[in-house]
Amino acid sequence: MIGRLQAPASVRHGEAFEVRVLMQHTMETGFRRDLNGKAIPMNIIDKVTCRFAGIEVFSAELGSGIAANPYLAFFVTADASGELVVEWSDDRGERGRSSAKIEVR
Amino acid sequence: MRLAAAACAALAATVLAADPPRSSPLMAGVEFQSTDVRALQADAFANPGLLWVERGAALWSAARGERAIACAACHGDPTRSMRGVSARYPAYAASLGQVVDLERRINACVTENQRGAPLAMESQEMLALSALVARQSRDMPIAVEIDARSAETYERGRQIYFRRQGQLNLACTQCHDASWGKTLLAERISQGHPADWPAYRLEWQSIGSLGRRLRACYFGVRAEMPAYGSSDMVALELYLARRASGLVSDAPGVRR
Repeated sequence: MIGRLQAPASVRHGEAFEVRVLMQHTMETGFRRDLNGKAIPMNIIDKVTCRFAGIEVFSAELGSGIAANPYLAFFVTADASGELVVEWSDDRGERGRSSAKIEVR
Repeated sequence: MRLAAAACAALAATVLAADPPRSSPLMAGVEFQSTDVRALQADAFANPGLLWVERGAALWSAARGERAIACAACHGDPTRSMRGVSARYPAYAASLGQVVDLERRINACVTENQRGAPLAMESQEMLALSALVARQSRDMPIAVEIDARSAETYERGRQIYFRRQGQLNLACTQCHDASWGKTLLAERISQGHPADWPAYRLEWQSIGSLGRRLRACYFGVRAEMPAYGSSDMVALELYLARRASGLVSDAPGVRR
């Protein structure tokens, strides 16, 4: 799954910085029917987690009320340099991953 | 010889005479959108259309077709080779002997050069590739040439634009020349300039081609919708692009 991740390449010690995530997903609600009247099964990104240097710093559970191609923005602080990893998975078990290296000055 | 020259002059005169009436000031479609939507389109990270551009970049370097060559094998880096291309489309394609839009031109490359199965119009792959190519003309003015080979198509597009259609019996010009800026349901009527297509429409929750947007207009006036890539659709796209000459290209756009 295609996703985009934006985070500053370098931050100051303890400073809050913004992380932005954009994921490509249809976020199928399960309430729609196709042209033949057959129900389209629900398929949404149900879990998004963000780890920094191996420690979980943010997670979200999205519901069927979230529009397609979800966009999330949140703030994180860092004490030491490391890799920021955002992972998500949908109801069909498909996974997406995006990462960025962040240097703490 | 003199006769031919006279014919050419006459043709040039008709082309010039038929140059579209233009609204003043000339405004891009996004200028009729709310500040939120405009901010989303201008955001180089959060604009959701960029997901398709990214996907297009992956497809660009993936081998395709019987000959198993990628777009990149011939065209190299799209940021250089495709710079300004979409600002010239629709355009006459000598290999196809007709005026074609960007999607049809991409498909010609897929079927003839890569020997692959044609991409379905409005498929995710086609939208990704056309969004990638259109993105490369960002900040360049739309500059569609009308010459002897495209004059006939242009003229047909002009006629479609001014022809009343559908059960509502409306012509494009009645909204987009005579009533732009007024409110229709919850929307402001734009001048109908396709400066930033394919665009992500929040209502669609997806990116879509200009053809899809035009079909929505046809649906709105309860007229029979032209097929994607049909001669009528391309003719209208050509007329609209000429009408938008000078506006800055900014694909992928965002619409409500």
